[in-house]
Amino acid sequence: MRTSTWLTLLFCLAGGSAGAAELGPVLTDRSKLSFVSRQMGVAVDGEFRRFAATMRFDPAKPEAGRAVIEIDMASVDAGAAETNEEVTGKNWFNVKQFPKANFTSNAVKAMGSNRFEVAGKLTIRDKTRDVVAPFTMTQQGGFTVFEGALTIRRADFGIGQGVWADFDTVANDVQIRFRLVAAGNK
Amino acid sequence: MSKEPPITRYTRTAIALHWLVAFGILGAFSLGLYMQDLPISPAKLKLYSYHKWAGVTILLLVLARLAWRATHPPPPLPETLPVWQRRAAQAAHHLLYVLLLAIPVSGWLMSSAKGFQTVWFGVLPLPDLLARDKALGDLLALVHRSLNFSMAALVSVHVIAALKHHFLDRDLVLARMLPLHRKRPGT
Repeated sequence: MRTSTWLTLLFCLAGGSAGAAELGPVLTDRSKLSFVSRQMGVAVDGEFRRFAATMRFDPAKPEAGRAVIEIDMASVDAGAAETNEEVTGKNWFNVKQFPKANFTSNAVKAMGSNRFEVAGKLTIRDKTRDVVAPFTMTQQGGFTVFEGALTIRRADFGIGQGVWADFDTVANDVQIRFRLVAAGNK
Repeated sequence: MSKEPPITRYTRTAIALHWLVAFGILGAFSLGLYMQDLPISPAKLKLYSYHKWAGVTILLLVLARLAWRATHPPPPLPETLPVWQRRAAQAAHHLLYVLLLAIPVSGWLMSSAKGFQTVWFGVLPLPDLLARDKALGDLLALVHRSLNFSMAALVSVHVIAALKHHFLDRDLVLARMLPLHRKRPGT
């Protein structure tokens, strides 16, 4: 409840900063939000199938850029039915109590050519952490594509508790990869 | 009584490889049966990894066995053996080798299709020969399982035949593959 009003407020703020170039909406069916965990030293891919993203970004004025991403945690696909059941459960995402995770940017800076860096707050479960993610912006056909990755530590967010708390089977580091596709060119 | 045939034995290397593979498949098979019904837990993930490491190890040992066998012919079967038994023994051994190769490979392919790469001892990654595909993964799981039960049946026949040679026929068919030099029973 509290989170959603907060998000609404941010959406309004994002929409309200007049003058910044308008991108079309983020096309979630063309976008991808995935992650790579390491189980027994082996990289295992997963992804979130449902999420919503709102972005404003003008490469000429990157510092005015904004992004808000809300992830439906129950839409996780961690590779197998029994794994999905486990990761949505209490020890991991606990989707009953924490159905959404979200990321809200608070600063974007240019890193040269088409590379940028976004800093913001990532909230998963009841934990919020500052994160920084490098990304690139490219024009692909009639679309603008933002692509990047960041590595988080699952323990920072209380992901994987109880028997999963130590890192000898599932590593602490988890890489999050995003590819956000917006209609229109910038 | 009758003259004893000359004692012909497998080489030490062949014997060592045979028994390593025998205990290896016994362990990996039992582990495979046990682990699949466990609820998901760190222990289960570990056991799956151990099983996959064992499978890759067995595959390498089997390749070594085949290379060794190609360069070191096995001792001939007793001359008293009926032709049908020779043929059956040869067919069974060929089929065992096929299964010994096909089972770890099917497990490897299944892992690839299910999206869990096989990394030998957590160090050496085996290439994923198949892209992630749930339906194909389920099919390969069935193939892996069926091949295993076929091998369990064939290994049972193999063991019963070896014991029959040893205790009923009282020949040297089993002794030639035993690690310790044994004399013919009863002499």
